[in-house]
Amino acid sequence: MATDVDVRRNRSGIELKQTYGPEDVAGLVPEQPGVPPFTRGIHPTMYRGQLWSKRQLVGLETPEAFNERQRQLIAAGQTAISLIICNSTYRGLDVDEVPVPLVGTCGTPMNCLGDVEIAFKDLEIGELSIALNDPSPFTLAAMLLVHAERTGVDWNDIRGTSNQSDIISHFVANHMFLRLPPRAGLRVLVDHVNYMREHVPNWNPISVVGQHMQQAGATPAQSVAFSLCTAIEYVGAVCASGRGADEFAARVTYFHDISMSLFEEAAKLRAQRRMWARILQERFGAQEERTLKFKVHTQTSGADLTRQQPLNNIVRVTVQALAALLGGTQSLHTDAFDEALATPTEHAARIALQTQNILAEETGLADVVDPLGGSYYVEALTDEIERRAWEIIEEVDRRGGMLQAVEDGYVQDEIGRSAWEFQEEVESGRRTVVGVNRYADGVGGEPESVPVQRVAPERVAAQIARVRASREQRDQAAAEAARERIRGLAGDLSDNAFGAIVDGVRAGLTHGELVAATRDAFGFGRPLTAV
Amino acid sequence: MSTHSPIRVVLTKIGLDGHDRGVRVLARALREAGMEVVYLGPWAEIPEVVSAAVQEDADVVGVSSLAYDHLLVPDLMRELRGAGYEGTVLVGGTIQNEDIPVLEEAGVARIFHPGEPLAEVVEFVRASGASRRSSDGN
Repeated sequence: MATDVDVRRNRSGIELKQTYGPEDVAGLVPEQPGVPPFTRGIHPTMYRGQLWSKRQLVGLETPEAFNERQRQLIAAGQTAISLIICNSTYRGLDVDEVPVPLVGTCGTPMNCLGDVEIAFKDLEIGELSIALNDPSPFTLAAMLLVHAERTGVDWNDIRGTSNQSDIISHFVANHMFLRLPPRAGLRVLVDHVNYMREHVPNWNPISVVGQHMQQAGATPAQSVAFSLCTAIEYVGAVCASGRGADEFAARVTYFHDISMSLFEEAAKLRAQRRMWARILQERFGAQEERTLKFKVHTQTSGADLTRQQPLNNIVRVTVQALAALLGGTQSLHTDAFDEALATPTEHAARIALQTQNILAEETGLADVVDPLGGSYYVEALTDEIERRAWEIIEEVDRRGGMLQAVEDGYVQDEIGRSAWEFQEEVESGRRTVVGVNRYADGVGGEPESVPVQRVAPERVAAQIARVRASREQRDQAAAEAARERIRGLAGDLSDNAFGAIVDGVRAGLTHGELVAATRDAFGFGRPLTAV
Repeated sequence: MSTHSPIRVVLTKIGLDGHDRGVRVLARALREAGMEVVYLGPWAEIPEVVSAAVQEDADVVGVSSLAYDHLLVPDLMRELRGAGYEGTVLVGGTIQNEDIPVLEEAGVARIFHPGEPLAEVVEFVRASGASRRSSDGN
């Protein structure tokens, strides 16, 4: 029998009963998948009709190395691409503007059209779905489009997502993607959405990133609420530019973190699906069913992986992936077991992908839609996460919406507090991390030494030469004109900022030059809150 | 400087990465232990860290690194010592085994890896501060 001291709570702080029964789901309305509000999944057939996208993030030292790894992974069953850029590129800099030892250590530097040509060589960019980790002002998306234009690929055939388009999440949690101030970032995002709707109809220009928030410490319930509040801000801004929700909101996607909390994470996705449908209908007057579908890419939690006994991470990733799939994700990245040690090795990256293949084809997981539907426990958990998330959304509404709440530091404080409470649980031993604060002795206690990715200086030199050559071998007058147009964006609301970036690429401006010109127009993005 | 004044710590991230959950949690832990903490935010330039360390008369400078920015720590150490800073420098985060001797040779007093208890970091900072003060003869 459970005693009073035996109180169990999940990561969202929800107190868990020992057993759940019919009384816990008294209000449950039977639902079918593929029908609003989509609690049970956005498609009637889910994985039986089409497997989720196995989309592994890849970011390696050079465009050549990226291309080689992508081709290996596609041969091994990967079905979609996700490109991670180098931290120097994230910062808006070209490779000749940063310390050489940092170039390409955990992502691929992408500075000019030549880099894009190499990275996507012999990859069918008109057939694969391509996620670009490409913050505002979306220079990489612009380069992909110009590359397509020059190689005869129709923009109607380009499919993919502007990952890292969620500028609010960067101010809330993941500062490494900051480039522009928040309100300028919102303007550029709205322009990006409008440009893509007109010219690249199969592109998802918005990916709302609960993942950044949860990796920074947000609980699953907070991730649901804050990512919905963020989406409300973006959809509202695009609607204010004169577009109805049914014209674009089907192209608003989400990116979530999936922790070790198996049932809670599955319930998180189930809850958010029906909340998103309701928000689109009630707040934005969406009518069409396709608009209301909550589409989500998920990634297993890096923060839950351990440096100690790293092979244990294969098990963790498997459980996290299972949670994402039980929750009905559309797309999944599984972490490599050595990610707490270094940028993934090829061996570890292959195991991560094989984890997905095993789950897909050996377990029967793909055979039945929403296998947890109707579970007393999971349905009750879905309801409770939803209830808590609505409470947070109401609080953010009271504070003037997500952007205001972030500018005021409220959201950052809430997430910081959750991070602290989580850490306290680990420190006190109330939360077990196997191999770290429990069962830490014995064989395998010491971290393995993994081959560490270091980029040979001559490879960096070749990249530097390429970006410098691209700056020299262009029509300088055209490049200057394109630069001046970008610099004038703040004073000209009628000019589409992303259109100006695409023209900048056509005129031969490099990534660093494009971001610098955008900053000349709008200023720098700096973290909003100190500690 | 009195031995009774709080220990002062400058926390920073240098280089290109901006992930700072860990360093923010550490800042809170040190403050709750009664220390004064200045966190410079992500992307601090080395000269900025040096002047903060000197101006704050920091007992300890802590550098947080997730993604290879620790490769710049030897440069930071050179600049700190060149400016006459004699306090303790610690590094925390995802540090590859092969880089540990490089950082130690550069004068880093201690490297904390993921999963090490916060209490150990707090205790190390406290001991470093106390030892600096007693050797100053204050």
